[in-house]
Amino acid sequence: MEYIQQILFAIILGAVGWLIYRRIKLIRDTIRLGQPEDRTDRPSDRLRLMGRMAFGQKKMFDRPLVGIMHFVLYAGFLLINIEVLEIILDGLSGQHRMFVPFFGTWYHYIIDFFELLAVGVIVVCAIFLVRRNILKVNRLQPERHRELRGFPYIDGNVILIFEIVLMCAILTMNAADTVLQDMNSAHYPLTGDYLISQYLKPLFAGWSEGALIGLERGAWWFHILGILAFALYVTHSKHLHIALAFPNTYFARLTPRGEVRNMPEITKEVKLMLGMEQADPNEQPAEIGRFGAKDAMDLSWKNLMDAYSCTECGRCTAQCPANITGKLLSPRKIMMDTRDRLEDLGHNMQANGGKVVEDGKTLLGDYILVEEIMACTTCNACVEACPVMIDPLDIIMQLRRYKIMDEAQAPASWNMMFQNMETSQAPWKFSPSDRFNWANNLRQ
Amino acid sequence: MSEIEYKVPTMAEMAANGETPEVLFWVGCLGSFDDRYKKVTVAFVKILNAVGVKFAVLGTEESCTGDPARRAGNEFLFQMQAMTNIQVLDMYGVKKIVTACPHCFNTLKNEYPQLGGNYEVIHHSTFLQQLINEGRVRLEGGGTFKGRKITFHDPCYLGRANGVYEAPREVLEALDAELVEMKRIRSKGLCCGAGGAQMFKEPEPGWKEVNIERTEEALNTGADTIAVACPFCMVMMSDGIKNKERENSVKVLDLAELVAQGQGL
Repeated sequence: MEYIQQILFAIILGAVGWLIYRRIKLIRDTIRLGQPEDRTDRPSDRLRLMGRMAFGQKKMFDRPLVGIMHFVLYAGFLLINIEVLEIILDGLSGQHRMFVPFFGTWYHYIIDFFELLAVGVIVVCAIFLVRRNILKVNRLQPERHRELRGFPYIDGNVILIFEIVLMCAILTMNAADTVLQDMNSAHYPLTGDYLISQYLKPLFAGWSEGALIGLERGAWWFHILGILAFALYVTHSKHLHIALAFPNTYFARLTPRGEVRNMPEITKEVKLMLGMEQADPNEQPAEIGRFGAKDAMDLSWKNLMDAYSCTECGRCTAQCPANITGKLLSPRKIMMDTRDRLEDLGHNMQANGGKVVEDGKTLLGDYILVEEIMACTTCNACVEACPVMIDPLDIIMQLRRYKIMDEAQAPASWNMMFQNMETSQAPWKFSPSDRFNWANNLRQ
Repeated sequence: MSEIEYKVPTMAEMAANGETPEVLFWVGCLGSFDDRYKKVTVAFVKILNAVGVKFAVLGTEESCTGDPARRAGNEFLFQMQAMTNIQVLDMYGVKKIVTACPHCFNTLKNEYPQLGGNYEVIHHSTFLQQLINEGRVRLEGGGTFKGRKITFHDPCYLGRANGVYEAPREVLEALDAELVEMKRIRSKGLCCGAGGAQMFKEPEPGWKEVNIERTEEALNTGADTIAVACPFCMVMMSDGIKNKERENSVKVLDLAELVAQGQGL
C-alpha cells in the first residue's frame, strides 16, 4: 500500500512537472518571437531595482493597507513552499514529516509560523474576494472594463478561492495529524499541537484512528494535488506574475520615462534626405522592414515578457486619463491583447511544428483597435502605476509608428501638423519669420 | 523697476560680437507664437534681465524640437527636426539650455543624445528655484500673494517623465502663497489631455474631456490661481476654466508669470 502511494505520487509529480515544463517552454518560445533588444547593461542597478520592486513590492505599498495584505499572500506563498518541499519529499520517500529530525523542537515553531501565514492568507483572500465581488472595486469590474469579461473575471476569483481551500487543507491535515499523535498512532512523529490547528482538533474528537488516518491522508493528497494543479493553472493564468515579476523588473527600462525608444534604422535615410550624407552608389540600399509594430513579433521580446507578467490588476487603467474619461483605451487591455495574440501564436507554433503559419490576423486591428492607440496622451501614468514595471506606452508608440509611417494613415489634422512642421518648423501654420516677434516690444 | 531696459540678444548677435551666453533660452513654438504663452516668454525674459543672467535666444533660427511628430508616430519627421536643430545648436557651441516647455525640455534632454546632441538642459521651474535659492531672485513676500490659494498642476513631461516635482512647488512656496494640492499630484498627477500630440487632433469619443476632468479637480481645491509650468497645460487648463465659466474668478498662470509678479516686473 505504501509503495503504491509513493509510485502514484511520483507519476503525478512527473506528469505535472512535464506539463509545466512544456507550458513554460511554449511561453519562452513565444516571448522569443519578439525582436532582439539588449537589456543586460548595468546589472547592479537592475538587481537593486528587482530587489526594490519585486522582492520589496515598493509600488504595492503606495496604498499601504492593500500593500500589507498583498505582502501576506506573497510571504505566505514563498514560505509555505518550504513546507511543500517537505510534503513532496515525504510523498516520494513514503515518510511522514521527514524534516522533524533535522529541525528538532524548531520544527514545531516553523509549522506554527506557517499556520499563522495560512490564516493570514485565508483572511486576505476573503477580503480580496469581498473587494472584487461585494465592494466592487472599480478597476476590477467587468461591467466597467470590457477586457475583464469572461475568463479574466473568473480567473481572479478562482485563484483566491483556490488559495483559501489549499490553506484550509493544510490546517485540517495538521489538526488530524496532531489528534493521531495524541493516540500515539504509528507513523505520526510527535511534534505537539500547532498554533492554529489545535483549535480544529475538537472537530475530530472521538473519530476512530482509521477515520483520522483517512482524513489526514485525504487532506494531504488533496493539498498536494491542489498545489500541483495550482502550479499548472498559474502558467495558464494572469497569475504568472508571481514568477515573472522578478525577471520583468530586472529587465525593465532604465532610461528616463520621457525618452521614447529611438529608431536608429531610419537615421541614415534621414541624413540622406537632409543632405547631411551622400549616398554611396556602390552600397545596396538597406532593407528596412516594417516601420513600427503591426503584430506581436514586431515588438521587442521585453514587450512580450511584459504581456505575460501582467496580472490584470488595472492600476494602469485606473490612472489612464483616456480611460478615466471614457475613451476606449485601456493600458491593461493593451497588455492582455498582446498576451492573447501571443497565446494564439503559441498554439499556432505548436500545431505547425514550431513555426508560425500566417493566420491572417495581426495584433493591431484584430486585437487592439486603432481608436485605442490614438487616444493615448503618452502621459506615462500607466507606466508609473505598474507594480511590476510593465510599459504599455512602449507598445502603443510602436503600434502608432506602424499606423502613421507604414500605412501612412494619420488623422487629417495630424497630417496637417506634420505638414506645418515641415514647411513652417512649427506644428501650427505660422510663418517662421514671425517666430521672434514676441520680443518686438522688448527690443525697441 | 520699470526703467529696466530689456535685452533679448540672439545667438547670432552674440556670436558676431564674439560673446558666449551662460545659457540658451529655448522659447518653443507656443512660447513664440501663442498669444497667451508669449506673455510667459516675456515674463521669463524680464526675470533673466532683472537678475542679470547672460542669456540668448535663437530667434528665427529656432524650430520645433519634433516632440509632437515623434509622439504621433512620425519618426522620420522627428529625426529631421532633431538633426536640423542639433546642427544649429552645435554650430553655436551651445552647452546649456533652459526652456519653459516640458516637452521641449524632455526632447532636448533625453532624446537628442540618441542623435548626437548632448546639452545640459534645465526646465525653467528648476532654473527659477535655483535663482531663488541663490538669492538672485528676491520675492516681495507678503504683498501680492499673501493669503491667496494657489494649486499646482504637474506637467507629465516634467514630473513623471523627468522626476521634477519639488522645484515648481518650492518656487510657489517662495511666493508666500498657500499651496493647496489637488488629489492626483506628483507621480499620480492627471494629464491635462494635450500630450502625445492630442493637442493637434480631436479627442476620441468618450464621456468627458480630460482637461475638464482636471479643471474640476483644480477648482475643487478652492484655489484662485492654477499654476502651470507647461504651455500645453496652459492651453488645456485655460480652456477648462472657460468651459466652467470661471475665468473671472480663477486665473491660470505660469510659474514665470507668478515670479515676475512677485518681483514687481
